[in-house]
Amino acid sequence: MATAELVLGLLHRGPAHGYDVKRGHDAWFPDSRPLAFGQVYTTLSRLERDGLVEVVERGSEGGPERTVYGLTDKGRAHLADWLSEPIQPALGAVDEMVRKVVATIHTGEDATAFLARQRSSHLRRIRELRAASADADDDTPARLVRDFVAVHLDADLRWLDGAMDRITELKETRR
Amino acid sequence: MTDLALELLRVEYAYRRDVALRGVSLKVEPGEVVAITGPSGCGKSTLLHCAAGILRPQAGTVQLVGQNLADLSEANRTRLRRTQAGVVLQFGQLVPDLTLIDNVALPLLLEGHDRQRARRAATEWLDRVGVGDDASAVPGELSGGQNQRAAVARALVTGPAIVFADEPTGSLDSLAGEQMMELLLASVRTGGAALVLVTHDNMIAAYADREVRLRDGVVQHEVALS
Ligand SMILES: Nc1ncnc2c1ncn2[C@@H]1O[C@H](COP(=O)(O)OP(=O)(O)OP(=O)(O)O)[C@@H](O)[C@H]1O
Ligand SMILES: [Mg+2]
Repeated sequence: MATAELVLGLLHRGPAHGYDVKRGHDAWFPDSRPLAFGQVYTTLSRLERDGLVEVVERGSEGGPERTVYGLTDKGRAHLADWLSEPIQPALGAVDEMVRKVVATIHTGEDATAFLARQRSSHLRRIRELRAASADADDDTPARLVRDFVAVHLDADLRWLDGAMDRITELKETRR
Repeated sequence: MTDLALELLRVEYAYRRDVALRGVSLKVEPGEVVAITGPSGCGKSTLLHCAAGILRPQAGTVQLVGQNLADLSEANRTRLRRTQAGVVLQFGQLVPDLTLIDNVALPLLLEGHDRQRARRAATEWLDRVGVGDDASAVPGELSGGQNQRAAVARALVTGPAIVFADEPTGSLDSLAGEQMMELLLASVRTGGAALVLVTHDNMIAAYADREVRLRDGVVQHEVALS
């Protein structure tokens, strides 16, 4: 569960409120799903329970927004381990695209229109990401995030084109 | 109303054994960037060559900046092509025995410009595309990317209304390909030229304002990307 480790990473520069952790996450990952507040607070209390973070300052009102969290030594070590461990390659956000195409074919519908639409929406997104990088100051980490997304969209496009070829050939041989 | 940079109407082209284009229509607005994509052998290069007046279609019409190529004499067609259309191919189609500056000056000299002015314009373009320091080298002494830059300069030096590029990034790695593409776009924008770009690379196609996808010699779909 990488959210916990990301939260550790977001605290590496020093203690912070849960709100700052959320904001930091969203700034680290532009063009991605924002981190929900609820998730930040449940993650922080689980990390506290496991001794990876500690409460540095508890606000007088006592609400979770007032609490400042910091990394423990154990948390710092855990973060370092996580950062050095390669990930298991796995499907992420594109699951849904594959599910739709597969479901479309199973229900006997023509998937080519969907594939063409998906193709243009992917191309448009690559264009937008590139424009965002061109407009932004030279913020290298944010740019790396966009490049990552763009390269994966490019891979999706290869899959979409292959699917289009197969489905079109199938239609032609059936005709 | 200004003329379209390019208009193809139901263009058909067959080689001795293969039918490559089966009725392709295409409009390109002035300054527009259009990507022609599609699987290998679908007719992209044939389409580009017909549009640029290099191949003559067996049916249909090609209008370059409002002029029907079939209505022109051979000499006028060549002249229109040389002044209004720039061409960039996958492997820098430069003359191997000429220096970069002479390669880039060549289209102007063929148009009867005086030598000094042609060389001055060539120097400016070579600087603009970043190979000004290599002006006196011949293509064999330079990298593929450097030759490709010179090919862009040569395509743009006459101030054409439209540039045709067939896999201009095909021999480059992805970073060099993107830089090449940025350069090509900046260059066509400088001169207000339209760009028709053939590519099988989706990252490159994503630079276009519009995608026209071919399949088996016909337009499969056409979408705006901007
Ligand atoms: N000079 C030629 N002589 C004979 N046939 C040709 C010639 N050039 C192309 N063809 C045929 O015409 C069809 C279209 O070829 P074309 O080169 O236009 O495709 P393409 O889309 O550019 O392919 P690629 O992506 O591989 O460059 C193919 O069937 C090809 O074999
Ligand atoms: Mg080709």
